[in-house]
Amino acid sequence: MAQRQKETAKVLSQECIAENIYSMWITSEQVASMAVPGQFISVYTKDGSKLLPRPISLCEIDKDKQAVRIVYRVTGEKTGTQQFSKTSSGDEIDILGPLGNGFPMEPAKGKKAMLIGGGIGVPPMLELAKQLEGEKVMVMGYRNADLFLTEQFEEVGEFYVATEDGSVGTKGNVMDAIRENQLEADIIYACGPTPMLRAISKYAEENKIVCYVSLEERMACGVGACLGCVVKSRQIDDHSHVHNKRVCKDGPVFLSTEVEI
Amino acid sequence: MNTTVNLAGVELKNPVMTASGTFGSGQEYSEFVDLNRLGAVVTKGVANVPWPGNPTPRIAETSSGMLNAIGLQNPGIDVFCERDIPFLKKYDTKIIVNVCGHSTEEYLEVVERLADEPVDLLEINISCPNVKEGGIAFGQNPKAVEAITKEVKKHAKQPIIMKLSPNVTDITETAKAAEAGGADVLSLINTLTGMKIDIHRQAFALANKTGGMSGPAVKPIAVRMVYQVANAVNVPIIGMGGISSAEDAIEFILAGASAVSIGTANFFHPTTTIEVVEGIEKYMEQYHFENLSDMVGIVK
Repeated sequence: MAQRQKETAKVLSQECIAENIYSMWITSEQVASMAVPGQFISVYTKDGSKLLPRPISLCEIDKDKQAVRIVYRVTGEKTGTQQFSKTSSGDEIDILGPLGNGFPMEPAKGKKAMLIGGGIGVPPMLELAKQLEGEKVMVMGYRNADLFLTEQFEEVGEFYVATEDGSVGTKGNVMDAIRENQLEADIIYACGPTPMLRAISKYAEENKIVCYVSLEERMACGVGACLGCVVKSRQIDDHSHVHNKRVCKDGPVFLSTEVEI
Repeated sequence: MNTTVNLAGVELKNPVMTASGTFGSGQEYSEFVDLNRLGAVVTKGVANVPWPGNPTPRIAETSSGMLNAIGLQNPGIDVFCERDIPFLKKYDTKIIVNVCGHSTEEYLEVVERLADEPVDLLEINISCPNVKEGGIAFGQNPKAVEAITKEVKKHAKQPIIMKLSPNVTDITETAKAAEAGGADVLSLINTLTGMKIDIHRQAFALANKTGGMSGPAVKPIAVRMVYQVANAVNVPIIGMGGISSAEDAIEFILAGASAVSIGTANFFHPTTTIEVVEGIEKYMEQYHFENLSDMVGIVK
């Protein structure tokens, strides 16, 4: 009756693809076979002093090779993510997943979709871009010319870049790029820093566009039990019976109109 | 081999249970753990009405531990009785409901509401450090501990467990007060009040500023307190605080705990409870203990 468990995965490759941004492919039949875009995995350190799993979203899912790719930021010296970045092909790494709900793709049928990512919110948009059928435009925001994953987005379709320093694409944020290029869509999917998601949610609501946002919050369990990672919900939530939803279990993807961010 | 434990007349198949707040009402972890194999499930604290809890961030990692300041978010006793108790009743395990409140009246309302429910034991949370009223405010003063224990005992149909706070100078004083008030069982320890500062944001890591510290880092403190309380009272003790393995659990039992709870370890290793059940059996075999009760408190 209890089937799911933490598993030891094998690292297939490890690569630094931009400053402090790493790309790791790992093998996991369980994750690769079950995962949908927008879901995440819990990744565990081998350091007994760092107990909690690091939730990292899936960047690519390769069902044939039974492997998944995570693209993550190393957050500092002596951090869990720095440990992950030092693993290489053949090493073992403990993971649990896939976790969370993922981006619903059904609502995009017959509609023009816009996929928006900012910073370390860019990676989960790649698998969504690959799997989402129909017309779509992608807008990714970066700090500077130290871009990542852009070549893969270009292969998928119409793609725009915004950089804070203006070194590539539109100078400013993703909203500036949307305005400058007069981009329009019937449905939006977004992941990135909270101020960016707030601006996109507002834009979507003003223009009556269906908008899904993928959120981040400090987590402990990652499976919905500890209630550490809640987000304020506009309505009383069916599970919590208060104005809180669990980012790890009810999310990380929410309709922008469901949550207060 | 006999691993059963008797807590105030309630027989558990083994001494392993879940620490309140780390396991919800069992539903989420039932994907990872066969709940039938646990001695008991201790639920997240439940109040008379839904509580929204604290703002986020509610979680911060510390060396070999963590801080939480959930603030006892819970759906309220009505939803709990309609949804969570029927879910747990499907399993062959004992049900222990953790009860919280801001005032004596609120505790009693929950206790009375549970009187006719198929619940085996009540655990009264007088030690949560993350709520302003109730919680720890009841748990740090021996007189207040005795008074609330008496009131709850008067109204409770099930045996009661008083959950003690480690944030006191001498835990044997609150333990003795709970016993004097009529507590059937004591559980300890709840979390230790702590703080973490994010030096890059120059701000508190938790929105609540302080949080309850748990995890392997607190284990030696918890073992010491279980030992002290076991030598000060005559009621059974449920020991907890940083248990991540059977070896950890056995330390608590040898120090005087009749049963043990797994808390933070569920977060980083979801199947810890089952591994502790199996590890205790192995240990009993290795050291020729016929009954689990023969191990309790034998290190003097």
